[in-house]
Amino acid sequence: MTQHTESTDVQAENKPGIIRVEGMHKWYGDFHVLKDLNLTIDQGERIVICGPSGSGKSTFIRCINRLEEHQQGKIIVDDVELTDDVRHIDSVRREVGMVFQHFNLFPHLTVLENCCLSPIWVRKVPRREAEAAAMEYLERVKIPDQANKYPGQLSGGQQQRVAIARALCMKPKIMLFDEPTSALDPEMIKEVLDVMIELAESGMTMICVTHEMGFAKTVADRVIFMDGGEIVEEAPPSEFFGNPREPRTQQFLQQILQH
Amino acid sequence: MTEPMMKPPKRNLGPVKWMRTHLFSNWYNSLLTLAVGYLLVTSVGPLLNWLILDATFLGNGPDDCVGAGACWLFVKQRLNFFIYGFYPDELQWRVDVMFALLAVAFVPQFIERFPGRKWLGIFGITGLPIIGYVLIPGGVLGLEEVGSSKWGGLMLTLILAYIGILASLPIGVLLALGRRSDMPIIRGLCVVFIEVWRAVPLITVLFMASVMLPLFLPDGVSFEKLVRALIGITLWQSAYMAEVIRGGLQAIPRGQYEAAGALGLGYWRKMGLVILPQALKLVIPGIVNTFISLFKDTTLVLIIGLFDILGAVQSTIADPAWQNVAIEGYVFVAFCFWVFCFGISRYSQNLERKLDTGHKT
Repeated sequence: MTQHTESTDVQAENKPGIIRVEGMHKWYGDFHVLKDLNLTIDQGERIVICGPSGSGKSTFIRCINRLEEHQQGKIIVDDVELTDDVRHIDSVRREVGMVFQHFNLFPHLTVLENCCLSPIWVRKVPRREAEAAAMEYLERVKIPDQANKYPGQLSGGQQQRVAIARALCMKPKIMLFDEPTSALDPEMIKEVLDVMIELAESGMTMICVTHEMGFAKTVADRVIFMDGGEIVEEAPPSEFFGNPREPRTQQFLQQILQH
Repeated sequence: MTEPMMKPPKRNLGPVKWMRTHLFSNWYNSLLTLAVGYLLVTSVGPLLNWLILDATFLGNGPDDCVGAGACWLFVKQRLNFFIYGFYPDELQWRVDVMFALLAVAFVPQFIERFPGRKWLGIFGITGLPIIGYVLIPGGVLGLEEVGSSKWGGLMLTLILAYIGILASLPIGVLLALGRRSDMPIIRGLCVVFIEVWRAVPLITVLFMASVMLPLFLPDGVSFEKLVRALIGITLWQSAYMAEVIRGGLQAIPRGQYEAAGALGLGYWRKMGLVILPQALKLVIPGIVNTFISLFKDTTLVLIIGLFDILGAVQSTIADPAWQNVAIEGYVFVAFCFWVFCFGISRYSQNLERKLDTGHKT
């Protein structure tokens, strides 16, 4: 892949603080999962969140499109605050795409129908137009030839690329990735990461929860390390991997980089 | 897409080898085969004799039924009553039109490549009931009125089953969604509705619809007995349907709800476009089971004085002019029910095959 420099083409419309998280807490019952999270993400930034399992990183990004609700503090996405108001939730979800660990494609619809469903029903795009756009995105993730197959007929890596295309069809301003390669066989991880790297180079605002440290090094603007429901450390990748400050970060990096 | 490199070996055994592996593989299988064979040989012959060879098909009246076989003459002579009940002879063409439309709408559903069968099916659940609503009772468009007390036989059975099936599915879907709703009032109402109706025998429902309901209605407001029975059957059936569908909804992984939500689909679109198509497909066997049992349960309307096909046959058997025709009558009823229920079952199997997209999530 080509070395990525600052994406000057989208610099003009870069908006500071497209996601603002202020003093956010979340509990599951009595269990305090997320503790006083504060984070501001600018448009065009690529953030990688890592941390041991159970650290709350997935829960955190699922709060950003309100798949999980927070009980205290504020989350403001593209100037809309996430509250109980369903209209706010729906308007945020229209602008925020999400890719899941287990793909979650709709098995009763073809690949193309998966991609067109939301543009047609939510964005009210005419079917023909939606299909043309979907084909473009399927080409971008390099599987236009699978458009008329059902998800059950595809490999895991192909399904995850369809899931990325499906999210992109809504033309989101922000993409969330929740461990997108964790459920994949090793030989399929690269094809998905390549698509994600390409997407990052196009200037998309991305938040990725991942264990792929190579991806973090090449793509991220900032790496965030979470443990025990807190943000422990936040730094550019060179600093994060080269010179981690916190002992918990050092320990985590040692464990995952050992082998 | 590509041709396989090598064809798999053929597994054609030939009749002798097939029999050896399937019928006579060891001593107790051989014994079982011989016993079953003996039973078949000894029972099929007499059955065929009674059903066809010794049976009476032609004649003018009870006196012609003298053979040892079945008296199909009885069914033939009373067929009009079995199918139309007391519907006036000269107006029966209206019922015939409905039978024909029913066939036009639903028979093509069994033929894979029938042109426009989807539209015929849609007509079958939209246009057909509207036409029937005008044509069968009459009283409008210059059609002579035929009160529902004159309806009966197979026609009444089909009306009850058809409307019960058609109405209970959507109500069942709404009840199932309601029972899984986050809103406590809606959930509570649905739970109460389902648990009350499901816990009551259909006979009780029919009795209450026909005897008790009029007591609670204000003076001057009254429904026909048939309408009351239909409402009772539909509500009772929708409680069952709701639980079948809820089973399907529970089988859909949470990830599907989340993915639909994350794409910005609101509640109704999420349910209608993503969750229900998968959930209903999963529970087709359960839904069809409920349909078939409803179809047969319609015979219970006899106890509130409606003469469905079983009622029509039963009342005729008691006719002193005909002797010993009960078996013929019941066999005929059984055959009619079997044709329709088997048809529903076959159709559902077609549907399951067609909708199979290698469901994996």
